[in-house]
Amino acid sequence: MKKRTAITAMVGATALLLAACGNGGGGGSEETANTTTGPITVWFSNNEQELAWGKSVTEQWNKDHADQKVTAQEIPAGASSEEAITAAITAGTAPCLVYNISAAAAPQWERQGGLIDLKTFSDGEDYLTKRSGDLLNGYKGQDGGLFQVPWKSNPVMVMYNKDLFKKAGIDPEKPDMDTFDKFIAASQKIVSSGAAKAAIWPSPTSEFFQPWFDFYPVYIAQTGGTNFVKDGKATFNDDNGKAVWEFFHTLYADGVSPKEKSNDDAMGTGAAAMQMAGPWAIASYKGKIDYGFMPVPTKDGKTADETYTFADSKNISMFTSCKANGTAWEFLKYTTSEENDGAFLEATGQMPIRPGLEKAYPEYFKANPDYVAFASQASRTVDVPNVANSVEMWQDFRNKYSASVIFGTTPIPDGLAAAEKSVNDLISQ
Amino acid sequence: MSTSTTSQRPPDDTFTEPQRSRSLKERLLGKQPLGLVFSAPYVVFLAVVFAYPFGLAIWISFHDYIFTAPNVSVPHPFVGLQNYVTALTDPAVLRSFLNTLIFLVINVPITVVLSIVLAAALNTGIRWASAFRVAFYVPYVTASVSLIGVWLLLFSQGGLINSILGPLAPDPSWLINSKLAMPSIAIYVAWKQLGFYILLYLAALQAIPKELYEAASIDGSGTLGKFWNVTVPGVRSATVLVLILAIITGANLFTEPYLLTNGGGPDGASATPVLLIYQKALQQTNPDVASAIGVVLVIAVGILSALANRVGGGSDDE
Repeated sequence: MKKRTAITAMVGATALLLAACGNGGGGGSEETANTTTGPITVWFSNNEQELAWGKSVTEQWNKDHADQKVTAQEIPAGASSEEAITAAITAGTAPCLVYNISAAAAPQWERQGGLIDLKTFSDGEDYLTKRSGDLLNGYKGQDGGLFQVPWKSNPVMVMYNKDLFKKAGIDPEKPDMDTFDKFIAASQKIVSSGAAKAAIWPSPTSEFFQPWFDFYPVYIAQTGGTNFVKDGKATFNDDNGKAVWEFFHTLYADGVSPKEKSNDDAMGTGAAAMQMAGPWAIASYKGKIDYGFMPVPTKDGKTADETYTFADSKNISMFTSCKANGTAWEFLKYTTSEENDGAFLEATGQMPIRPGLEKAYPEYFKANPDYVAFASQASRTVDVPNVANSVEMWQDFRNKYSASVIFGTTPIPDGLAAAEKSVNDLISQ
Repeated sequence: MSTSTTSQRPPDDTFTEPQRSRSLKERLLGKQPLGLVFSAPYVVFLAVVFAYPFGLAIWISFHDYIFTAPNVSVPHPFVGLQNYVTALTDPAVLRSFLNTLIFLVINVPITVVLSIVLAAALNTGIRWASAFRVAFYVPYVTASVSLIGVWLLLFSQGGLINSILGPLAPDPSWLINSKLAMPSIAIYVAWKQLGFYILLYLAALQAIPKELYEAASIDGSGTLGKFWNVTVPGVRSATVLVLILAIITGANLFTEPYLLTNGGGPDGASATPVLLIYQKALQQTNPDVASAIGVVLVIAVGILSALANRVGGGSDDE
């Protein structure tokens, strides 16, 4: 285990050296490397609205920086963005910046020597602290490095179909489902009334990221904002974690949440009355269904303004393969300025990670009241922990959760204990 | 002239000298050196695409290895069998090998029996033989992703199969039932691959002399007797090939557990070694443990293929 830590340290040191020497045009120092300018390539996600914003902001930049042209591209196709980026790092074909970094994947890319610590820029930490405030702390590496810029979040809430709620005899304007018991009772009502095949249809598949859209938001809400890992230890093997596992297990056991993956968009087709979703869902379902949002439930119920949830953030990272770090840094600052964050919010409805969103963009929220709840929720979010072996840790957790909660093959206390041990073992490596 | 010719015949030594040099050349380049030129592209392809990566995977499996960005140089210390120990003490890995074994036990016999029976039936000149041939072959040439979409609709909880079965439908349904998930995949793969194996058997059936069937008829054999005593032994070499190919295909299962049972579900009941290699190497960036699983899988497939060859009597043909 110590050997792996040593390797990680050596990779980090080599990456820093390369960032300094490789790009410095002979300068041989981080400072020189970080001021090198020139054309760069940037990747955006394939989300239609995000890509449109990315191309627009790039076009604006290129008008004023003829000698530092930025080429905007979609992340290459792959099973996931993370796999495409991992392959690009290994092959040395990563762009300068990627605007779709999962906080769970960043630690392993750091370990690969693929990311640049933004603290090495003279104004790096100052700029990022000014933009994101205390929220920045959740995205720092274990040694305090800044390998990702917290960019935007999609705070997870419960989206529901108002028409299906009406059919089930639930008041769509005041569903009153803030406790586990009330949520389960309403779910049973939805299915038994024939309003929908499923009350809520969390994906029962085994991908490592699935807990972020079932267990984790509810656990964060239940604990009032506790991270999955605290002080190098798993936190979930306690009464709160057990309550959340039992809550989901009841939904599966009662048949109000199917154990099979939906073959199409269950929310869009009306097969499910609810889903966990962020503000991205508004643009996707507008005009298709009459929707509402409520905070995720907790065991005893909490008011909306005291409910925490999962941030589901996507961030920005700079890669060691970059040949013009200076341009990349300036472009990063340009695209995350207050003005361009506002343009991003306008184009996508996703929340830039900066405090006081409602005050910063009052006109937007006045014109788009659907997003107000998310803006408020954005200040009470928790992200995935920034730890090594993050993906492996989530995969192990998902496997144990599936066995106990979805398929009921392992008793919940045993599953929780096994998941805790597995997570602790991986963190300590 | 004749005497002089006789006297001028070189002694045995001088006669054998050019033979020796020819055989050396032959030994190096073969009887037809041009063949080397023709086969070179494929040899290079094999070396680059199979031999080198396999050699590298073996090397990685004995070292502490991570993928790094180019020019990032890190030590890859030799760790002996540590990666193998990590892999083989992981219950998920052991479960995946057991799942593969379950798959092979179901899939291989179904594949061999159905393909030989159907090929023999098609070979007798039944009506609509061409239509049947096409029908059997279409799944083989169709992309697995599309077919899996169809099977999901057929075998899901509210799918066609369960609607037909009514109260007899399994609960939990096929693809989320830990006892039925792997058998479902085994049957799906047998159905998908059947066309190819039927084709192999049809080719092998052409090589069986008609006289053997006539002789069997004279001896009083019926249809079943001729099939058992003439057809089955007559296509033995094809059977060995089908066995080995079915084992290799089964051991390399990825798409089906990834898509049909949502990542090896339920609860790992259909996870396969290749699916775990994908997770560990590409998602979790642990290529060293993934390589160890890969090497174990190659060895297991090699042993099973050798056994199949021996049981099928394949070595006798050489």
